[in-house]
Amino acid sequence: MAKAISVSTTRQRVNRSILTTWIRRLVFYALLLTVWQVVANSGIWPDYLFPGPLAVLNSLVNGFQNGQFLQASLVSLQRLAIGYGISLVIGIVLGILIGRFRTFEDTVGSLILGLQALPSVCWLPLAILWLGLTDQAIIFVVIMGALFSITLGVDAGVKNTPPIYLKAARNLGAHGMALSARVVLPAAMPAILNGLKQGWTFAWRSLMAGELLFFTLSLGNLLQTGRDLNDASQVMAVMVVIIVIGVAIDSLLFAPIERRVRERWGLQV
Amino acid sequence: MFHQLTLGGAQRTERAAGNDQQTPGGIPLRIEGVSKIFTGRAGAVEALRPVEMEIAAGEFVCLLGPSGCGKSTLLSIIAGLESASSGTVLADGRIVRGPGTDRVLLFQEAALFPWLDVQRNVEFGLREAGKPAKERIATARRFIELVHLKGFERSYVHQLSGGMRQRVAIARALAIDPAILLMDEPFGALDALTRDRLHAELESIWASTRKTVVFVTHNVREAVALGDRVLVFSPRPGRIVQEFRIDLPRPRSLEDHLLVDYAAEIMSVLRDAMDTQEQEGANGKSN
Repeated sequence: MAKAISVSTTRQRVNRSILTTWIRRLVFYALLLTVWQVVANSGIWPDYLFPGPLAVLNSLVNGFQNGQFLQASLVSLQRLAIGYGISLVIGIVLGILIGRFRTFEDTVGSLILGLQALPSVCWLPLAILWLGLTDQAIIFVVIMGALFSITLGVDAGVKNTPPIYLKAARNLGAHGMALSARVVLPAAMPAILNGLKQGWTFAWRSLMAGELLFFTLSLGNLLQTGRDLNDASQVMAVMVVIIVIGVAIDSLLFAPIERRVRERWGLQV
Repeated sequence: MFHQLTLGGAQRTERAAGNDQQTPGGIPLRIEGVSKIFTGRAGAVEALRPVEMEIAAGEFVCLLGPSGCGKSTLLSIIAGLESASSGTVLADGRIVRGPGTDRVLLFQEAALFPWLDVQRNVEFGLREAGKPAKERIATARRFIELVHLKGFERSYVHQLSGGMRQRVAIARALAIDPAILLMDEPFGALDALTRDRLHAELESIWASTRKTVVFVTHNVREAVALGDRVLVFSPRPGRIVQEFRIDLPRPRSLEDHLLVDYAAEIMSVLRDAMDTQEQEGANGKSN
């Protein structure tokens, strides 16, 4: 009885603290939007340079109603998926090779460490020279953005695999590819996941930077046309869309995987 | 076939009736002049003096010695996970050149895979052996039951106690039906009560399967309680200083005064070995 009561009170307390968190957040954003609207209305800057939140909301609704925003998002997401998918495959293979073989570490590994210091947008001029203003050029930049983080994440994970797992697995008859796929990769999963997350943020950034230069419909291109049309509210509306997509991928894709891995490995109490 | 012949003299009891396991029992093991020298930046370190050892099929042998006497290294060499600097290991008359599923090593840290649940951990070796799913599941179930973990098939490693983890490790090793179990202080990290229980379980598993067991420990009572023979190692560089045959009935009780006597005698030999080691420094005479 006493136990039941204490459980229900702690649950209430937890509920209450979640509630207060949300109230605080709500108040903060309401204040922020209000201040923004007031500043916009004050006329310090012209409307087309500093629109208020209502104007941005209006652009947002318009953008989705005429289908432009949705289509642009789909185009961008598709490029992201292709580029990230390719980086994933190459990155995992490279990471395992670098992590397990000294020769690869001393050669390819050092190259990748060096290339990682280069912001991926710097690849864009070269990509356009080689591939023209095409989808492939953008995807190439996305790959360059994500690949090295993923490779280094896998590499770190593989290197930090407790040797005892490898011994146990070899002892139970595992070798070669099976050893990599069934022991090295899963053992390295927590570190790999960090690399994948970092790779995704870099991919997303590179994609937006790349798309700014392109004429076909996409999120980055919408930002650029907003600028060309002196339409700051469209620019801001597209920024909101980009933020929402980013947060959604983080919280709907990576957060659940991360939680599952942490639970399984017993990293979370 | 070969080992059937060599079995003759070994104290091999009839397999218990009703034990329907298809296990072939243990195979003999021969260690011929196996030594290990680690070479590092600080120079060469002699971990193990050339060791000779003959272990009969189905025998339970304990290697006893202080930490760093090379007994774990020897076990790794027998498992094929490390190579010897000299000498050969013969399992059932065949030279050991790498890891094989006829010899399975159990570690002090159970070395279970945290990304797999108990059932999948036990199935691991069966899967590598290419056994069909149905057989895998059934075999794993049987061994999980054997180590008294029925009901924990879906648990993950971090949800298990130290003793339960070692049980899973034993089940995982037994599932691939090795002829030789190599145990490297498997119960070293457990509390005394759990350790005693696992001793009894290991003894009964061994009695019913008759696998060859090489058990490394630094615990004298553990060695006496489990082994048919106890080989006492000196500190680094390791070598065998004395051998004891423990002729006590099984299952053994730790309170048995004969067992306590054996333990006391072995303890004094071990102490002497450590004292001479200290006096002689690195130039110990062999045996």
